[in-house]
Amino acid sequence: MNFETTIGLEVHVELKTNSKIYSPAAVEYGDQANTNINVIDWGYPGTLPTLNKGVVRDGIMATLALHGQVRHHMHFDRKNYFYPDNPKAYQITQKDTPIGHDGWIEIEVDGKKKKVGIEELHIEEDAGKNTHSPNGFSYVDLNRQGTPLIEIVSKPEMSSPDEAVAYLEALRQRIQFTGISDVKMEEGSMRCDVNISVRPYGSDQLGVRSEIKNLNSFNFVKRTLEYEIKRHQRVLMSGGQIVQETRRFVEATGETASMRSKEGSDDYRYFPEPDLPPLTVSDDWIKEVDAEMPEMPGARRDRYVNQLGLSDYDAKVLTQTKEMSDFFDETVKDGGDPKRVANYLMNDVNSYLNDNHIDLPETKLTPDHLAGMLKLIQDGTISTKMAKKVFKGILEGEEPAEYAKAHGLIQLSDPAQLQPIVDDVLDKNQQSIDDYKNGKTRAVGFLMGQVMKATRGKANPGVANKLLMKSLNAR
Amino acid sequence: MANQLDEQAVEHVASLAKLEFDKNELSKITGQLGNIMDMFSELQSKDVKDVEPMISPTDMDTVLRDDKAEHISKDERQAILDNAPDTENGLIKVPAIIDESEDGE
Amino acid sequence: MNFYDTNLTQVHNDLVNKRISVTELTKETLTNIKAHEKDLKAYLHLNEDAALKEAAALDKEGVPADDVIAGMPLAVKDNILTKGLTTTAASKILENFNPVYDATVVAKLNQHHFINVGKTNLDEFAMGSSTENSAFQTTSNPWDLTRVPGGSSGGSAASVAAGEVLGALGTDTGGSIRMPASFNGIVGMKPTYGRVSRWGVIAFASSFDQVGWLTQNVKDNATLMSIISGQDKHDMTTSDREVPDFAAELNDSADVKGLKIAVPKEYMSDDVDAGVRKVIMDAVKHFESLGASVDEVSMPNTKYGVPAYYILAPSEASSNLQRYDGIRYGFRAKDVKNLEDVYVKSRSEGFGAEVKRRIMLGTFSLSAGSYDAYFLQAAKIRRLITNDFINVFKDYDLIIGPTGAHPAFKIGSETEDPRKMYMNDILTVPVNMAGVPAMSVPAGFSEGLPVGLQIIGKMFDEKTVYKAGYVFEQTTDFHKQHPQLGGQN
Repeated sequence: MNFETTIGLEVHVELKTNSKIYSPAAVEYGDQANTNINVIDWGYPGTLPTLNKGVVRDGIMATLALHGQVRHHMHFDRKNYFYPDNPKAYQITQKDTPIGHDGWIEIEVDGKKKKVGIEELHIEEDAGKNTHSPNGFSYVDLNRQGTPLIEIVSKPEMSSPDEAVAYLEALRQRIQFTGISDVKMEEGSMRCDVNISVRPYGSDQLGVRSEIKNLNSFNFVKRTLEYEIKRHQRVLMSGGQIVQETRRFVEATGETASMRSKEGSDDYRYFPEPDLPPLTVSDDWIKEVDAEMPEMPGARRDRYVNQLGLSDYDAKVLTQTKEMSDFFDETVKDGGDPKRVANYLMNDVNSYLNDNHIDLPETKLTPDHLAGMLKLIQDGTISTKMAKKVFKGILEGEEPAEYAKAHGLIQLSDPAQLQPIVDDVLDKNQQSIDDYKNGKTRAVGFLMGQVMKATRGKANPGVANKLLMKSLNAR
Repeated sequence: MANQLDEQAVEHVASLAKLEFDKNELSKITGQLGNIMDMFSELQSKDVKDVEPMISPTDMDTVLRDDKAEHISKDERQAILDNAPDTENGLIKVPAIIDESEDGE
Repeated sequence: MNFYDTNLTQVHNDLVNKRISVTELTKETLTNIKAHEKDLKAYLHLNEDAALKEAAALDKEGVPADDVIAGMPLAVKDNILTKGLTTTAASKILENFNPVYDATVVAKLNQHHFINVGKTNLDEFAMGSSTENSAFQTTSNPWDLTRVPGGSSGGSAASVAAGEVLGALGTDTGGSIRMPASFNGIVGMKPTYGRVSRWGVIAFASSFDQVGWLTQNVKDNATLMSIISGQDKHDMTTSDREVPDFAAELNDSADVKGLKIAVPKEYMSDDVDAGVRKVIMDAVKHFESLGASVDEVSMPNTKYGVPAYYILAPSEASSNLQRYDGIRYGFRAKDVKNLEDVYVKSRSEGFGAEVKRRIMLGTFSLSAGSYDAYFLQAAKIRRLITNDFINVFKDYDLIIGPTGAHPAFKIGSETEDPRKMYMNDILTVPVNMAGVPAMSVPAGFSEGLPVGLQIIGKMFDEKTVYKAGYVFEQTTDFHKQHPQLGGQN
């Protein structure tokens, strides 16, 4: 029997606003427990929510970045459930009137392009964090409570794990380029739930779906889906039936397991939030946000290839993150030759970042310093070898020309300075001159080596070579 | 009509609300709720097909708060923590969550 | 000190002219309260030490002549948060709860240096019509100690009726200010929804709750209302409409000539005691004699008020009260084995019977399979009830009728029949459904017990309500009659 698979994804993205969605407490990580909180985050009696303008703005931005429609009139809803990290015992979300709807993202798998529809985007609050201790207790930190989230719900339009991963990558990249979120799965600022169903090929009815929650890497998403496809097929082939349920991925085995939830515990008793009046988003505001929209990766790739003459591959690498792409653009603007800038970023800079497990913004490297250094290489002031040393300097925020000077990293290019050194080397090496005259061209290499040695490597090889050949031939 | 609330249905609602009733209480509240719900039946016969539900008397849109962070003082944080029945190192302490999901939602 | 037959202005003048010091006034007020407490049980906590400290500070600085409530002893219902002063909502689940911030209304009063004498008793979480649902004590009606003071602001009402203070804050979700005002022969105003901030008010039903005052007289009520009103950046449901000085036009030249008043026939049905109807008919005649025109109108959806209210308010309450879970504050049950125990035992032991009933009603109304038939249906009916008001107010300035269908009932007489208890609210809940302002003013007596006249205005038109109430009060003697209580008088 042949089967076809239907996959839909729900992605939560944490926003990088200054304050929380419904309270003015700071959105910050890594602080001492329960410090970035207030009475609202703790769900104190008598507290009421207020709506953060920045979150609505980011919601509009995300919707536009995913080619969606922004809703003009919306309200908020309460989702009721008890959990220690959920202090009001309800989450304020948008069930009926999500801020964005009907978007799409283009993905590419094995050279085939496809549009995946986006059902809706809504803004809501994150919960706090529970830590479980083997001592029989759990501990609750509400620092994360109220951190703004955008939930992005795809249409069930993906048919393979590869498509799902391509969708996630494209989504991550587009959101990353808007600048509203770090979208790092490993840090939890992007989280994914998957819905999957399998049906016999050609069947006009979707199969029963399972939902797998809280997947925190692309790899887990892929493995989960691969496992689930096999599990569904196995059950269907043996004449069994899939139970609609929520499951979780077990990392150790690479399998999924049922999350036995108590009967009826998913009755969230949604109703409209009475503490927040409706929200209206004007056309002017949407236009304003649209005008602030950074250039998306696809448009940047086209520009790099068509206007700057980069290869498709280079353009793709440079648009992996907004930081890298912005850095590239700035460096070119500061006078860097596009191809040289691209090479330097993709090789030296990227390997430095990878070796040290850091991101570009964490270094002190600036576009004008990089452009300056590339110029020094280009005009012969420094050699590519010297550049390796100058690079270390500009990573620490040093100005390249000054740094090169201060550390004696300037090439000797002046013929008037080099000629006496060449003459001196020739005077001391009559044997090599003889060898050269007898046709042993290897001798030139030896003599050049002596020139470099005499200048402690600073001689501009091009100029020195020219002078040496001229003097040699003259003897 | 769904107004017929039996004890089993009442127990289900109680589980959603995290309440429990002993046998006597259950039979009493089932009777009382049934009696109250009878009062609702006259509502349900009213035809309101084209009526827009009213969630609040408020006639305006929400005001939006500027995205600026405000930090609370050490004293206020301590006062907030002091109301908690049990804390440890600034964390709220609760009996173990026996649940397979890591993070609740 | 007894506050009968005086008012804010008089007491304020005495303070400014130092005929009495704030400390003396505060002490005498507290002495009077304490003398009645054995009978009334109106207060859950007295704020003696802090009140006397504040009074001493004011005596040192002198009472500012332009601030009518500086040094004025007033009381606060115990579901309104007072920083550093225990606030319980009369619930075991918040016993010993220490608020870390002031409600906006309290913060505003503090800016004017009022003297908070204490926190008054109420039905647990303001759910009730008799104050019998308090987890701690039952307040008595000062007119007849065997009767209820009404609810849920029963402590505030009893204290004002006993002359202990000129005013006390209350909250009104379905009649909780007006009903006790009516039962105690005092003035009680629920302003328009959105007029007064709910920040720091322990929520019962978010789209119904509103803070207001219970006072000895109409003008004081208006003066105090202006102080607590206005938009609050903490409460998105507060209106940005300008707050007028509600008391500005309450003087000898105030009149009701030409006012168009409607009396809905549904408010005067046979369900209303004959004695109460007579009082209201007399009031109608009185308004006519003062030059107002009064017509009978129909508000056909009135009968749906109570059932729709007892779906919607409990639905919101069931959600609002989920935060009382034994985790972050309040009562946590002892001997819990696991998290589920913390939830279920803390809530089952911490909440009283009426609160649990309403949580159950609300949880049911919102649950899967019930939402459309209950919550949504009731929300649509709410629109119809509101439209009744809108339609009448196209042609009329005010609506009047009884506040309660009967005078104060006997303690214990209705506690076993929740449905009967709920029917007490039949004339007050439609107002909360629509959000309009309404006031109860003393209008007479039935069987020796006070009866209140309810005056209902258009959205944000408290001014007209106050004017009609003021003129009615000044041209009648009902507000000058007081219960006979033991203690200092």
